[in-house]
Amino acid sequence: MINLVSKKEKKKFKKDLVFDILFRNIIFLSGVFIILLLFAIFLTLTFNSFPSLKVFGIKFLYGKTWDPVFNEFGALPFLIGTILTSFLALIISIPFSFSISIFLGEYFREGKISSLLKTLIELLAGIPSIIYGFWGLFVFAPVVRYIQIKLGITPYGVGIFTASIILSIMIIPYSASIGREVIELVPSEIKEAAYSLGATRYEVIKKVILPYARSGILSGIILSLGRALGETMAVTMVVGNSNFIPKNIFSPGNTMASVIANEFAEATGDLYLSALIEIGLILFLVTLIINLIGRYVIRKYAVSL
Amino acid sequence: MKKQIQKRIIKDKLFKIVIILLSFLSTFPLFFILFYLIKNGVFSLNFEFLINLPKPVGEKGGGIANAIVGTFILIIISSFLSIPIGICVGIYLSENKDKNLSKVINYFVDILQGIPSIVLGIIAYLWIVRPMRHFSALSGGVALAIMMLPVIIKSTEETLNLIPQSLKEAAFSLGAPYYKTILSIVLPAGISGITTGILISISRIAGETAPLLFTAFGNPYMNLNIFKPIESLPHLIYNYAKSPYPEWHQKAWAASFILILIVFTLNFISKLVVKRWKVRF
Amino acid sequence: MESEILRIENLNAYYFENHVLKDINLKIPKNKVTAIMGPSGCGKTTLIRCINRLHELSPGARVIGKVFLHNENIYEMEAMMVRKKIGMVFQKPNPFPTMSIYDNVLSGYHLNGIKLSKSEKDRIVEETLRKVGLWDEVKDSLHRKGTFLSGGQQQRLCIARAIALSPEILLMDEPTSALDPISAAKIEELILNLKENYTVVIVTHNLQQAARISDYTAFLFMGELVEFDKTEKIFTVPSDPRTENYLLGKFG
Repeated sequence: MINLVSKKEKKKFKKDLVFDILFRNIIFLSGVFIILLLFAIFLTLTFNSFPSLKVFGIKFLYGKTWDPVFNEFGALPFLIGTILTSFLALIISIPFSFSISIFLGEYFREGKISSLLKTLIELLAGIPSIIYGFWGLFVFAPVVRYIQIKLGITPYGVGIFTASIILSIMIIPYSASIGREVIELVPSEIKEAAYSLGATRYEVIKKVILPYARSGILSGIILSLGRALGETMAVTMVVGNSNFIPKNIFSPGNTMASVIANEFAEATGDLYLSALIEIGLILFLVTLIINLIGRYVIRKYAVSL
Repeated sequence: MKKQIQKRIIKDKLFKIVIILLSFLSTFPLFFILFYLIKNGVFSLNFEFLINLPKPVGEKGGGIANAIVGTFILIIISSFLSIPIGICVGIYLSENKDKNLSKVINYFVDILQGIPSIVLGIIAYLWIVRPMRHFSALSGGVALAIMMLPVIIKSTEETLNLIPQSLKEAAFSLGAPYYKTILSIVLPAGISGITTGILISISRIAGETAPLLFTAFGNPYMNLNIFKPIESLPHLIYNYAKSPYPEWHQKAWAASFILILIVFTLNFISKLVVKRWKVRF
Repeated sequence: MESEILRIENLNAYYFENHVLKDINLKIPKNKVTAIMGPSGCGKTTLIRCINRLHELSPGARVIGKVFLHNENIYEMEAMMVRKKIGMVFQKPNPFPTMSIYDNVLSGYHLNGIKLSKSEKDRIVEETLRKVGLWDEVKDSLHRKGTFLSGGQQQRLCIARAIALSPEILLMDEPTSALDPISAAKIEELILNLKENYTVVIVTHNLQQAARISDYTAFLFMGELVEFDKTEKIFTVPSDPRTENYLLGKFG
C-alpha cells in the first residue's frame, strides 16, 4: 500500500493548520476591534461628560451663558452657531454641487472637459481645512469687512456669514460626487423613452433624471451637512470666536467644534473640561444621526431598478 | 405651437449654460487660494526656511524644519498604527461578505468615518494625554490613525472584492493553506488599490490640525521623541496665522504652500500608483 | 480494466438544498485520459471539484461519500494534503498575475512552503516547461509576468504549474473552451502526451474533443452517472438511451 502522505509532510500540514487558524482569528479580531473601538469612543465621551451632565442636565442645551470664570456652561450659543453656519453653507453650496453633479453625470460624462472638472474638484476637496481657514481669514474676511462697511454694519470681517461661505466651498465636492454617481446610474432606457417623446435635455433632466436620482441627491446633501457640522479649523479661524448667541448672520459667533478647538487645551477645572467634552459628545451624536439618516434615505427611497 | 417649442429650446440652452457656469465657478476658489499661496508664500521659500528651526519673534530668519519633520513623524506613527489593522479588517470584510458580522462592521466603519476630527482629538487626549500627563506625538498619531482606518479598510475591501475567485481557487488547488493564499496571492494582486487607499488617507491626515491641538500640541523645537509634544505643519500654520506678528503671517503663507505641495503630491502619486502598479488578471 | 487510481464510492454532493451529485460510483483508471461529459448543469464540474475537495469551499456546499486515492479515503485526510496530490487546470487560464513565468511554475512549491535550491528550481522549471511544450517559446523571458502570454500559452503555463508538483491525478475543467482552435489543438496534443506520466480527468462539453483524446468516458446526466466505459464503446454503441440522445445532440 502506497503511503500517500509522508510523516514530514504531515508535520508541515499541521503547522499550516495552526497558522490558518491564527490568521483567521487575527482578521476576525481586527473586525471586532472596530466595533469595540466605536463603543469605546462613545463610552469615553459619555463617561467624561458626566460631571457636566450632573450639574447642568438638560439646561446645558438651552443655557445661553458660557462663563468659565463662574463655572456656568450653557451650549446654546454654539448649537445656534453650528446650525446657522452649517445650514447656510448647505444652502449656498447646493446650486453649485448640484450643477457639478449634472455637469459630470449627464452633460459631460467622459472626455477632457470632464476629467478637467473632476480633477479641479478633487483638488478643491484635497485642500486642508487650515489653509481654507487661513486664506479665509487673510483674503476673504477683508472682502467681507469691506462689504460690511459699505452696508453700514459693524465691520467685523469675520463672523457667521464668512464662516458659512468658506464652509460652503469646502462641502461642495462631497455632495457633488454623490450626486454625480446617482445621476450616472439613471438607466438610459428611461431617458431615451423621454427623448423619443420629444423632450428637450433640460426637460429630461428635470422630469426624469432628477426624480429618479432624488434620493441619492438628497442623501448626498445630508451627508455633506454631516461634514459641515464637524468642520473645525476653517470655521474656527473665521467665525469670530464669540461665545454669545449671534445677533444676525454678520455677527461673530462660535460653533461646537470651534469652541472645543479654542478652549480645550487651556481648560482648567474638571467641570470646564467636562462641559467641553459634553459638547464633543453632542457633536458626535449629531453627526452620527445625520449620517445614519443619509444612509437611511438612500436605502429607503432609492428607486428600485 | 412654434412659439412654445422655441421657448422650450431657449430654456434648454439657458439651463445648460447655467450649469456649466456654476460648475466652473465652483472651482474659482481653488485658483484664488493657489494664487495667494504662491504670491505670498513662494518668495519666503528658500533652503534655510526648510532646514532651520523657528526663531523667536523679532529675530530674522528661522524656518519650519521642526514642523516638517513633525508632520512626517506623525504620519509614520499613525500609519504604523492604522495600516496593519486596516488591511486586516479589509481582508475580513472581503472574505466574509455574507456574514452578519461583516454588515455590522461595515456600518461601524461608516460611523467611524463620520466622526469629526476634533472629537477624535478629545478621545486621544482622554486615552493618552491625560494618563501620561503630558502632550505627545503618540497621542496625535493615535487620533490620526483612527481617521485613517476607515479609508484603508474600505479601499482594501473594495480592491480585494475585485480579485477573481479563480485566483484563490488556483492557489487552493495547489494545496496552499488559506493564510498563504491570502497573503501570497490575493494581497499582492491588490497591491495598487491598497497602496492608493493608504496614500489617500495619508494625504488627508497630513493636513489635519484639529485633532492635534491638544494631543501633539506643538513644539517650537525639533523633537524626535514620540512621547513628547511635536510640531506639525498645519498646527504651525494655525499658530502663526492667529498671532499678531506679520513675520509669522509671512511664514504661515510659505508653510501653507509647502503643505499644499505635499498634499497634492501625495494625491498625484496615488494616481500614478493606480496606473503603474495595477495588476492585470 | 487497467489498474484504478481513484475510486469514487456513493458520492453525493449538495449546494444548499440542491442535490447536485447523486450516488456516484466510479473508478478512474491509471495513466489514461478519462472524459466526463454531459449537458450543462449535470454536475460534471462539481464532480471533479469533489475529487480535489474544492467543492466544499463554496458556501452551502456539502459532500457525503468516499473517494479513495490509492486506497486512502481523501475525505478522511486534511484537505490541503489532498489538493497537493491532485492538480487542477481551470476553464479560464489563471496564472498568478504578480508572479513571473518562472515563479508561476514553482508556485506550488512556494505555496506549500517547500524550499528548493536554485539549481533544483531551474531544473524543475525547464523540465516542466518542456513537458508542456512552452520551453522554447519562453526560455528567454522567464522573468516576465505570466499574464503577458497568449491565452493558449497561459493555459499551458497553468498546466505546467499543476504538473510541477507531480500530482497523482490531473483534473481539467473544460481547459480549451476559452481558447482559439489552434491553441486548443495544441493543448489536446499535450494531454495525449501527458497521459504517459499522469492520469488525466477532463471535463468537456465538446463531444468531438472527448472522442479525440479520451480513453474512457463517463456520461453524467442530472447528477447521476448514467454510463461509464471505453470511449470507443460509448460513442459507437451507448447502452443508455439518454447517452444516445446526448450524443445525437438532442439536448445541450
